[in-house]
Amino acid sequence: MYNKKVMDHFMNPRNVGEIEDANGVGEAGNPHGDYMKIFLKIRDDRVEDAKFKTFGCAAAIASSSMATELIKGKTLKEAWELTNEDVAEALEGLPPGKLECSVLSREAIHSAINEYRRKQGLGALPEQT
Amino acid sequence: MGEKRFVYMDHAATTFTKPEVFEAMLPFLKEHFGNPSSLYSIGREGKEAVETAREQLAKALGASPEEIYFTSGGTESDNWAIKGTAFARRKKGKHIITTPIEHHAVLYPCKYLETQGFDVTYLPVDSYGLVDPAEVEAAIRDDTILLSVMYANNEIGTIEPIHEIGEIAREHEIPFHTDAVQVIGKIPLEMEKKEKNVDMLALSSHKFYGPKGIGALYLREGIEIDNYMHGGSQERKKRAGTENVAGIVGLGKAIELATGNLEKHNEKMKRLRDRLLKGVLKISDCRLNGHPEKCLSNNLNFSFEYIEGESLLLMLDEMGICSSTGSACSSGSPEPSHVLRAIGLPPEIAQGSLRLTLGDDNSEEDIDYVLEVLPETVEKLRVMSPFYKPENACKK
Repeated sequence: MYNKKVMDHFMNPRNVGEIEDANGVGEAGNPHGDYMKIFLKIRDDRVEDAKFKTFGCAAAIASSSMATELIKGKTLKEAWELTNEDVAEALEGLPPGKLECSVLSREAIHSAINEYRRKQGLGALPEQT
Repeated sequence: MGEKRFVYMDHAATTFTKPEVFEAMLPFLKEHFGNPSSLYSIGREGKEAVETAREQLAKALGASPEEIYFTSGGTESDNWAIKGTAFARRKKGKHIITTPIEHHAVLYPCKYLETQGFDVTYLPVDSYGLVDPAEVEAAIRDDTILLSVMYANNEIGTIEPIHEIGEIAREHEIPFHTDAVQVIGKIPLEMEKKEKNVDMLALSSHKFYGPKGIGALYLREGIEIDNYMHGGSQERKKRAGTENVAGIVGLGKAIELATGNLEKHNEKMKRLRDRLLKGVLKISDCRLNGHPEKCLSNNLNFSFEYIEGESLLLMLDEMGICSSTGSACSSGSPEPSHVLRAIGLPPEIAQGSLRLTLGDDNSEEDIDYVLEVLPETVEKLRVMSPFYKPENACKK
């Protein structure tokens, strides 16, 4: 059902945990009960560090792991522009019906970036629909 | 961590085919390949083998061979019993009574019948998954034409009060069907005595160490039922289609072994089950689903808070342990197990369920291994969970 890359990120997730001095914390959930919390350490408009905590299936955990890997070192703009398709592609595909688990990671990253922006006195960026 | 083992603990899903069963089947896949409807000798050999298996099955069920019909498995048997009875009796009424914890092989035919103008009552169950016979009686209407309650639940193992329900059905002259797929080889059945009020009973060979693709419907003599398969005149004109001779022979042998060894099997299952249960319940924030006593000897179903079942199942699989979950994510369905929801578990708890079903091939060493791997795996997932706060975990 899951390919080797997904299983690798599920069994050996990267960036699990919390960042104590995170300056952007966001969360997202879906109707299936999957829930992701993301912690960002942002410095000079870049994601210096990213960690996550996820309750969910293998796809949700692997997506969280991959998404945090993909945004580390990126500018906030680049991190904001990460799509769930980018995450799924980096995982070399997710089974049908599991793509929405990758949406969770994008939503949680957006939530964290917007929390950071609010703290900086900047307005929240709107979600593109 | 000791050496990685392969531990199969999903016997409610399927069992391995016993070597004796396979040996019995082999000649009917090779030299005795004749069509049992043919008149020449290799056809007659097939026919004789089918009738021998029918006798084996009838003996195991305490029934008459004339009341045994071979089908392709539990799903066909359930579908036939439910739709066949509904259509045969629709002039008498349109009301069917069942439960919300039935296997989909019962629930989906009932849902289909609703689209055909039938009215289905789904009886409530308690937190153990037990049906109250008084609720059965209260649900009966003048136009009730069928009652279907499973013998034992496939997810949580709870054994239903079939005899009491059967008595009610008989008093009201309503045909009573039970899905006994999980029961064979665990509970001794006597259709003419103990289960005297059960009119239709479904079983499937691969649940008791026989081959897949073969099952049977016990149909009490005189029960009005439409044919489900139409075609040839096999199975006394009630179930068309060339007989799966090798499968039928395998079923016959499997049921002979399963019922001949039942007491010893149950004793072993209960010993292993009790040890596993005791060990798993040491994990914090874990609960047993299903009835602690009125339960199949080999079934355990747990819920672990703060984690999701599919993740647990896959991590256990990586460690060589085959199990099952009622998690929505594993099934691709948007809802967690209908059984766990029906017994009142909130979705977030139902999501973290794990079913371990023991079988003949399990040993004390398997239990040791599961008790070593499972707590570590639960902890690994909990560390990832945003809901889990170790300081709040219930210490047992």
